[in-house]
Amino acid sequence: MTADRIFTAVKVALALAFGMNIAGLLGWVERKQSAVMQDRIGANRASIFGLRLIGLFHPIADALKMMTKEDFVPKNANRLLHAAAPMIALGFGLLCLAALPFGGTVTVAGRLWSLQPIESSVGLLFVLAMLSLGVHGVVMAGYASGSNYGLLGGLRGAAQMISYEVCLASTLAAAAFLYGTLDLQQMVRWQGHSLGGWLPAWGIFLQPLGFVLFLTAGAAETKRAPFDVPEGESEIVGYHVEYSGMKFGMFLISDFIESIVIAGLIATIYLGGWQVPWVTTLDGISGGILMLISFTVKVLLVLFLLMQIRWTLPRFRFDQVLDLGWKNILPLALFNFLATVWAVYLWGGR
Amino acid sequence: MATRIATVQRPKRDLEVQIYLWEVWKGLGVTFRHLFVNMGRHVLRSLGLGRVPGAVTIQYPEDPAMLGRRARTRHRLLKRADGSPRCTACLLCETICPAKCIRITAEDSPDVMVEKRAKTFDIDIGMCVFCGYCVEACPVDAIHMDSNEVEICSYTRKDMIWNIQELLGDKKKTPSAHPAPTHAASAPPKP
Repeated sequence: MTADRIFTAVKVALALAFGMNIAGLLGWVERKQSAVMQDRIGANRASIFGLRLIGLFHPIADALKMMTKEDFVPKNANRLLHAAAPMIALGFGLLCLAALPFGGTVTVAGRLWSLQPIESSVGLLFVLAMLSLGVHGVVMAGYASGSNYGLLGGLRGAAQMISYEVCLASTLAAAAFLYGTLDLQQMVRWQGHSLGGWLPAWGIFLQPLGFVLFLTAGAAETKRAPFDVPEGESEIVGYHVEYSGMKFGMFLISDFIESIVIAGLIATIYLGGWQVPWVTTLDGISGGILMLISFTVKVLLVLFLLMQIRWTLPRFRFDQVLDLGWKNILPLALFNFLATVWAVYLWGGR
Repeated sequence: MATRIATVQRPKRDLEVQIYLWEVWKGLGVTFRHLFVNMGRHVLRSLGLGRVPGAVTIQYPEDPAMLGRRARTRHRLLKRADGSPRCTACLLCETICPAKCIRITAEDSPDVMVEKRAKTFDIDIGMCVFCGYCVEACPVDAIHMDSNEVEICSYTRKDMIWNIQELLGDKKKTPSAHPAPTHAASAPPKP
């Protein structure tokens, strides 16, 4: 089955390319979206041969700058951990992407092709596990840089992300119970039917509370504003204060990648994944392309919303972040879970 | 003395505010409105249809700087109707100048009614603090700060000194050429 393995490798590579490209694009979106909503213009000076293209070259300029900058390691930093931290943060984030169902299965040239890079019956657990492992990068960065500010940032990051892992998992437990599976692909398939003949059976309609909770906990998990206390550039610069050059760039990208993972999970679990509303049969090459487009559009829309939230709300205080997680979201998530269990018991799943 | 006490009501924190979700939604409404209105204006302008700009940004080097009508900019000396400088070399501006950037030497004026006129009138713009005292002090309204020029720069400190012809506008200020960069601090640029 060498062909299958090659196909899987190609799919994983494409998933990583999807993540990296959208992460680069997010650097542009972040600047431009914040600029337009604040009545500004935003970065538009980078040009290639006088061509500006509304600032689209700025991510390239960013990458070039990061790569050519000095890679500085503080004197009392642990060199090994200092170098490993950004790779862990970015690597596990990228691994999550490979488990997302970008599309269903299509029949092309007489055989089935699955458009999900890593097919696993416990895909949801895999993504959650990889997200939790990504926390290690943050903690390690703060711990290894030999700076008190970095350590503070790392501690905050650890406390926040572990708290919100609990919220994420307990919110997803309800969804997993509703769909009766941990397989992300099966979840998307489940959302293919329609409620009352016209409303697509997406998670957002069946689990509205879960959707709001997951959006909040997910935004906190990406540690971007309003939950950016681990970075908090105006109080402590955060866990990556001692990083420069491309190592810092990797932290930057890993933030975006985590946003993409969260957006991908929201799209998969609550927005029907690759399903196109009111289209029941998707097959062949055109069907596969339609699936990919549908999934990408949903991910981009969620990212747009996350970006808007990031530029609208001010930063929570650290105790407020933990209060929100443990005292509000977690009880509501458990209530949501119990309500889902009762509903499934009473009305039998479908 | 009567003391006036104004009671400031704390904003109410009822359930609607405490839940925070509705407040977040209202905030998002504001930012989304700005986003879409500005996007629409940008698109209309790029199509050549709309006139309202989508941003308040002035892209300065390309677009000219917008100065207020009362902005104090580079000085200029004014002339009488017959073309002679209004300045009577009374030295009031030189005296009041807090930065001591004005240097005037006087000479006899051919007009007996005027008595004196400026032989030289140098302003070191590099030292000027643009306070406008010279304009206020002048009894004959000879100096104004309304040339609307703020981009004054040169490669040498000497070039920042404007003489009377340049301030009157009779001669255009021509800066000396960019001196060759010398990395050795001891070697002064050749004149």
